[in-house]
Amino acid sequence: MRKLVMFIVSFITWMLLVFRGKAGTCCFNLQDVIAGLFAAMLTALIFGETFTKNPHKFFDLRRYLWFLVYLPMFLYWCLLANLDVVYRVFHPKMPINPGIVKVKTTLKSKSGITALCNSITLTPGTLCVDLTDDGYIYIHWINVESQNVEEASRMIIQKFEKILTRIFE
Amino acid sequence: MNEIIGLIFIAVGVFFDLAGCIGLARLPDIYNRLQAATKSVTLGTCLILAGCAVFKGILSPMGIKALICGVFILLTSPTAAHALARGAHLFGVKLWDKSVCDMYEQDKKNF
Amino acid sequence: MSADIIYQVFFGVLLACCSICMYRISSGPTVPDRTVAIDIMGVVMVGFCAILSIVTGKDYYINIAIAWALLSFIGTLALAKFLEGKGFDE
Repeated sequence: MRKLVMFIVSFITWMLLVFRGKAGTCCFNLQDVIAGLFAAMLTALIFGETFTKNPHKFFDLRRYLWFLVYLPMFLYWCLLANLDVVYRVFHPKMPINPGIVKVKTTLKSKSGITALCNSITLTPGTLCVDLTDDGYIYIHWINVESQNVEEASRMIIQKFEKILTRIFE
Repeated sequence: MNEIIGLIFIAVGVFFDLAGCIGLARLPDIYNRLQAATKSVTLGTCLILAGCAVFKGILSPMGIKALICGVFILLTSPTAAHALARGAHLFGVKLWDKSVCDMYEQDKKNF
Repeated sequence: MSADIIYQVFFGVLLACCSICMYRISSGPTVPDRTVAIDIMGVVMVGFCAILSIVTGKDYYINIAIAWALLSFIGTLALAKFLEGKGFDE
């Protein structure tokens, strides 16, 4: 099962890489397709066991719909983060107030925590530094507003947690 | 028309790249530099690649390859930033003098 | 004609970014600073290759960009893992 998921993912990636977009005629070369089958099979045989723990999640269509909801929200926060960086960098006095704070997350799965950390890093003023086994994340915050664990959790990660729970848990 | 939209995307991306690199030069310690540089340069390069894709047409071979490269950078750049921040803290780099708090240092002593 | 000037401005700004990164590599106070600058310069060069593929009209520059992104990421991870080992003085 895991190997099947890995095979499908790597084969789709290969197909996008060798795409020859001529509408009407044949979009793919036959040689490319055969080589892609062999390459994807080899990848699935070697790395299939380490890819994911719960492969049935890949066949659940609601997760993809929630991901489509999550994408515009994430792009909006990302753009806001960049405007924030531009403001802080070009300001003559550099209004920064940095520190490392600790927050607690309720996500359990590893892919969910990875997605949460990537989202934290690309949103305004925060950078994920380390995480512990019992669900605490250390975050470098460029403008510390609260050192309390619950309050910082509410301010930083609550806006992602609900929707990431629906995608990854 | 496609070309003008693509050039606007590329111009915005180049501006964000410049902002990130100036942040790399001006900010005081490594964590702040890592923050400014990672955010700005990641989104800037993704905008440049998206502009290339729009310029050549999204369904052309080059457009799809540029979009794949953009998704790849968007996934891997924050991961490299985490690894660097953790490595720098374990290496022993202190925070800036005017920093407010460092809970990671306190908890590391209790381990 | 005017498009050429726009591309030259883009290349100039990206080269300025690379020189700032080179300044940080040469004068960074600690080793992690230099590593950060190397990582950032790799990502900037990916954007450089993408613009180059538009200017010259050759598609294979985007393949170079993909390969550069992969190698830059792996190199940064290796350097970060090396920094955690601590036995390396300034």
